[in-house]
Amino acid sequence: MFEVLIFATLNGLVTGLLLFMLASGLTLIFSMMGVLNFAHASFYMLGAYFAYSISLYTGFWPALILAPVLVGVLGALVERYGLRRVHKSGHVAELIFTFGLAFLIEEAVQFFWGRATKDYRSPDILDFPLFTLFGQNFPAYKAFMIFISIAIFIALYFVLTRTRIGIIIQAAITHPHTVGNLGHNVPLIFMAVFGVGTGLAGLAGVIAGPVLTTFPGMAMVLGSIVFVIVVIGGLGSLAGALVASLLIGLLQSYAIASDLGMPDLLNWLGVSFERDHPLNDIWRLTLPQIAPILPYLLLVLVLIFRPSGLFGKRES
Amino acid sequence: MFKFAVWIIFAIVIVLLPQFFTSLLSVSILNQMAIAIVFALSYNMLLGQGGMLSFGHAVYFGLGGFMAVHALLGIEDGDYFFSVTLIPLVGGLFGLLAALFIGSFSTHKAGTVFAMISLGVGELIAASSLILVSFFGGEAGVSGDRTYGPTFFGYDFAQDIQVYYLAAAWMFIATLAMYLFTQTPAGRMANAVRDNPERAEFIGYSARRVRLISFVMSGFFAGIAGGLFAVNYEILTEQNLNAVTSGNVLLMAYIGGLGFFIGPIIGAVVLTLMNSVLSHYTTLWMLYLGIMFVLTVMFLPNGLTGFLMMHRTPWHLGKIRLLIKPYIVTSIPGAVFALSLVAMVEMAHSSEAEFVFLGASFNSSGIVSWGVLIAIALGSFIALRRSLPALREAWAQANAIDSGEQK
Repeated sequence: MFEVLIFATLNGLVTGLLLFMLASGLTLIFSMMGVLNFAHASFYMLGAYFAYSISLYTGFWPALILAPVLVGVLGALVERYGLRRVHKSGHVAELIFTFGLAFLIEEAVQFFWGRATKDYRSPDILDFPLFTLFGQNFPAYKAFMIFISIAIFIALYFVLTRTRIGIIIQAAITHPHTVGNLGHNVPLIFMAVFGVGTGLAGLAGVIAGPVLTTFPGMAMVLGSIVFVIVVIGGLGSLAGALVASLLIGLLQSYAIASDLGMPDLLNWLGVSFERDHPLNDIWRLTLPQIAPILPYLLLVLVLIFRPSGLFGKRES
Repeated sequence: MFKFAVWIIFAIVIVLLPQFFTSLLSVSILNQMAIAIVFALSYNMLLGQGGMLSFGHAVYFGLGGFMAVHALLGIEDGDYFFSVTLIPLVGGLFGLLAALFIGSFSTHKAGTVFAMISLGVGELIAASSLILVSFFGGEAGVSGDRTYGPTFFGYDFAQDIQVYYLAAAWMFIATLAMYLFTQTPAGRMANAVRDNPERAEFIGYSARRVRLISFVMSGFFAGIAGGLFAVNYEILTEQNLNAVTSGNVLLMAYIGGLGFFIGPIIGAVVLTLMNSVLSHYTTLWMLYLGIMFVLTVMFLPNGLTGFLMMHRTPWHLGKIRLLIKPYIVTSIPGAVFALSLVAMVEMAHSSEAEFVFLGASFNSSGIVSWGVLIAIALGSFIALRRSLPALREAWAQANAIDSGEQK
């Protein structure tokens, strides 16, 4: 029981921090432009595929730097030539544009790399168990993932709160016109933030690709979960995004690791149903079974009872 | 009077269509169109008329469809005794109930909150459909048989053409009903709440209740579409209520044009046609569809219908013929450019050495064929760029009101 708990916590931490890398960029972009970027997870997928192709020639480490940069540049171009054009037509059009972009990127990935799963592996140098606990190994690569995520979080926090650029960005979120009048190029700031946000998603893809497998559906798998996190945490709140990411990561990890279910609850309550009861499916549910839907359940509940999210400000 | 005539013509057209398109394939495409039209129109009740962006509209389509399949099974087992013609109504009523339940908490707010709840509910239902096997049938889905039950004036719906008349009739009724709904006070208030919920509240309407009414009606018609789907395909699976189906209906409504009642109809017809025709020729049709969607959002924010409607002013001014020549001059290089890009994409994707495109044969790894295509693409692109100023000029002229001066 105890070792299950420890490993579930560690795995939940890995997933949660990975989700945060995506959610942080998404929430930053949202607070700047008011656009929920549906294609955010598609940039994550592009990161994994770029890194796979680059690593074929140079190995993992140069890909770790190059792929996120490429993704970021691509994101900036999308903002400059796509999103800025659609901006005139309003928020719904922007949302639908990113939705179409997600669709398009998935098709493009299938065009260039095919439908099959790519054999994108973690570097050999990290291919050893970091420690063994109760006979179970904890791979060094997962520790590396945790390390990168935390480093990114600290760097992001430092840049946003302690540097001049960060202050300008924060000001541009709330008072874009004033910042513009002070002589800063606000559209350029928007483009840069979009580029950095998508670049972070790309980085998440680079480090997650080997663990979560690199296939054309990987954006779909994570995309809506990241949305859920950003909404649960409160739109535009970085701290909220961190808490919600860890919450979702741990929740899913515990649910998968546990072997509890409705039968246990019914036993405990002393109730039993016959096998051909019409709701038999419900009476036999187990936690690992419903793990994938827990985030959505949480989302709907949060939106009903606290529409602004856990850390969100009052909705305008 | 004019509007009445439009509906009569619409009815005549849908009755006559199978006389011209008699092959099995075209009848099945017509059936798909009828279903898609009802579904896309029901979606536009939310987004176009009510201002509610939904990412989970397939839920009501799918739930209605699943209920309809269960009703088909009930008829087959002899539990119920009614005609298959009423099956879409079963789907509609179940869609309505589902929308009433979900709408009771999701319509508090429009905008992002509504969009996110619809996304969450959509994912929730799609994921649960794989878990709750007795109702949704798991991965395999639930299938039925539409030929049981009492016949309807000799129709037993064994053939697709009979299903077409059933689907077309329901489509006509649903379209008319949805149109009439836009004319009711409830439909008008939906527009008011979309544009300015605060003002609507000040004149005494509950924005939430107005949204809920639109939402429930929309769920009802989506359920009818789902019921038609059940009759047509006799099977429903998880795919019919997941995010892909929800995305598809958004695509149809948006490409058709959200701001017009007829927009989703055009979108549904065009996209259904494209899906079946393009997928016949190329495996990459989804890629083209995605490109087309993104380009529509970027360049035609009001969709295809919006593009057509832009020509109302030149038409009324009697200057539409000023546009004919520039349109031809622009569209020829435009089409050549698009085709050359398509040829390059297809050639890069093709695995065979000899690649045939529109009757022309290329060597898919040869530098010469790539060079020729790139040259064609560049040339047509330059011609396209050159023709644009003249088009802009003609457009300005066609829209200008002559202030009494002599021609």
